[in-house]
Amino acid sequence: LVFTEEDKYGLYSNLLFKYFLAEGVVCGHDLFVASAKEHPDNILRELPAPLLDDAYRKELGDEAAAVKSEDFQDSMKIAWRYQNLPKMEASPTTYTKFGHYYDISKKMSPELHQSVKCHSFYLHEELSFEPKMKAWNMNSGYARLLQSIQRIISQEGFDGSDPEKKQRNVLRIGIQSLGSVLWGDDICCSDTPEDPHSLTKFLYVLRGLLRKSLSACIITVPAHLIQNKAIMERVTNLSDMVVGLESFIGSERETNPLYKDYHGLVHVHQIPRLNSLICDVSDTKDLAFRLKRKLFTIERLHLPPDLSDTVSRASKQDLAGSAKLLSSGCGAMAIGKKHLDF
Amino acid sequence: QGTFTLLRDTRTDGSFLVHHFLSFYLRAGCKVCFVALLQSFSHYSIVAQKLGVNLAAAKERGQLVFLEGLKSCLDLLFGEEEQPEQPSPLQFLSGSAGDLQALFEFVRGSLAAPGDRGQGPVLLVDDLSVLLSLGAAPVAVLDFIHYCRVSVCCQLKGNVVVLVHSNEDSEDEENELVVNSLCHHSDLILWAEGLATGFCKDVHGQIKIIKRLSLRRAAEQDLVQIYQYKIQDRNVTFFAPGLSAAVL
Repeated sequence: LVFTEEDKYGLYSNLLFKYFLAEGVVCGHDLFVASAKEHPDNILRELPAPLLDDAYRKELGDEAAAVKSEDFQDSMKIAWRYQNLPKMEASPTTYTKFGHYYDISKKMSPELHQSVKCHSFYLHEELSFEPKMKAWNMNSGYARLLQSIQRIISQEGFDGSDPEKKQRNVLRIGIQSLGSVLWGDDICCSDTPEDPHSLTKFLYVLRGLLRKSLSACIITVPAHLIQNKAIMERVTNLSDMVVGLESFIGSERETNPLYKDYHGLVHVHQIPRLNSLICDVSDTKDLAFRLKRKLFTIERLHLPPDLSDTVSRASKQDLAGSAKLLSSGCGAMAIGKKHLDF
Repeated sequence: QGTFTLLRDTRTDGSFLVHHFLSFYLRAGCKVCFVALLQSFSHYSIVAQKLGVNLAAAKERGQLVFLEGLKSCLDLLFGEEEQPEQPSPLQFLSGSAGDLQALFEFVRGSLAAPGDRGQGPVLLVDDLSVLLSLGAAPVAVLDFIHYCRVSVCCQLKGNVVVLVHSNEDSEDEENELVVNSLCHHSDLILWAEGLATGFCKDVHGQIKIIKRLSLRRAAEQDLVQIYQYKIQDRNVTFFAPGLSAAVL
């Protein structure tokens, strides 16, 4: 269960959402798209087109070659011990074939996404709540969504209930903007919502459904609008993976020289710890994302050397302050108040 | 015998302690009732295998009673009409009664039969904070724990081990209320925390062991010990603070 906190204007989280679904199409998984904001058919029509391997390699190759030719001959004089360390690799240049790459300037061709089965759930088109279900004590929009998901899972045999079905497939579920006002939940509007447990109950039941079937789910939530932080803490406990996207649009960080190449930060709050005692923690916690014309990349945020002539104290403090916010760490491994990460 | 152990984690995941206690008690031959609210059976089973215990076999011979919260919840909400003799343990989710009595009855029923070697039964809960997320009131959760203590610790001379999450500057007041109350009533508190200095690859956190001697005898002081730990694939190593293998 991948839980994504949306950025303020929802631009980048939407992109991540579409990537998840597009990956499903390319891998031949079935899709289930639920939204209260946009009609799922519109979402499906706007999935990015997959890049063929050659085109992507060429593009990356061009960039890398340009960088290499510049400083190939320079050998270090003072910091010569560092000569032997590999150059800082911001993005994965070794082509580990896990997943596919996409070109966001092009849309996916209709034949491609019609080749997989897509189920959709558009809240405003659904029929009214079936009367035969018992009282669920939950927001009716969420309840309907859960029923719909459960119906698809059992009908299409994702939970292994149909022994005759030889080919087992994976169901990718994408739920957009959960918890927003459009779903009928007021946790984004008020500090003391009417039913603060709806979202957490929904997540619990969804977790149960995911665990007992071959499916994976991504949910995006406008977390910046949720007033009651207790709900966010509970939600974090109930999800396997929690990622937050913070975009720089409209915030003071846009002009911060530290971030001039990037469009936003990626905060990994929690990573899944399934079927083992430990989880796989990457070396670095500071990730930033950038939206190029064709690609959306997530890279390590590395500070370029501070080479300006006049380094005023104010800017140094500012940088240090933002660096502190960067290393906020992730919940599965321990974090602390100070940032002496080593 | 008859102890209440509280497992508490702050800003980190203390579930490795749950896995440890589960395999520890099963190897000792006690009858265990495990209320697993957050993960599926296969997750615990796979980890237990790495620790040398076979959960499926224990379940079959009756030593382990496993309540898989996720599955039980799905059965309750999507299943057919339940029989009145077998009410679902998580009934508070759908019914109007907000108390956890059905859950308690389930626990009591499963631990009533005597264990293999006459050892006390054990109740293990992972994790209690989820009950609050599902809509149970904090008072209901505390009542449930109280009833469990009376029946398991006092009447059956068994042990209770419960995991809760907490945060220092948490805004979840209900959770903090439950955790603080449980801290006052526990005999032993194992508190897994992150290091105060931040994330480290070699030391995953520190664990504070608080033996609450002041609970039983008025004049005694609580004994506090602090160790640091590193979690590996099959094992957790504990060492005194500052003496991690990476430093020595």
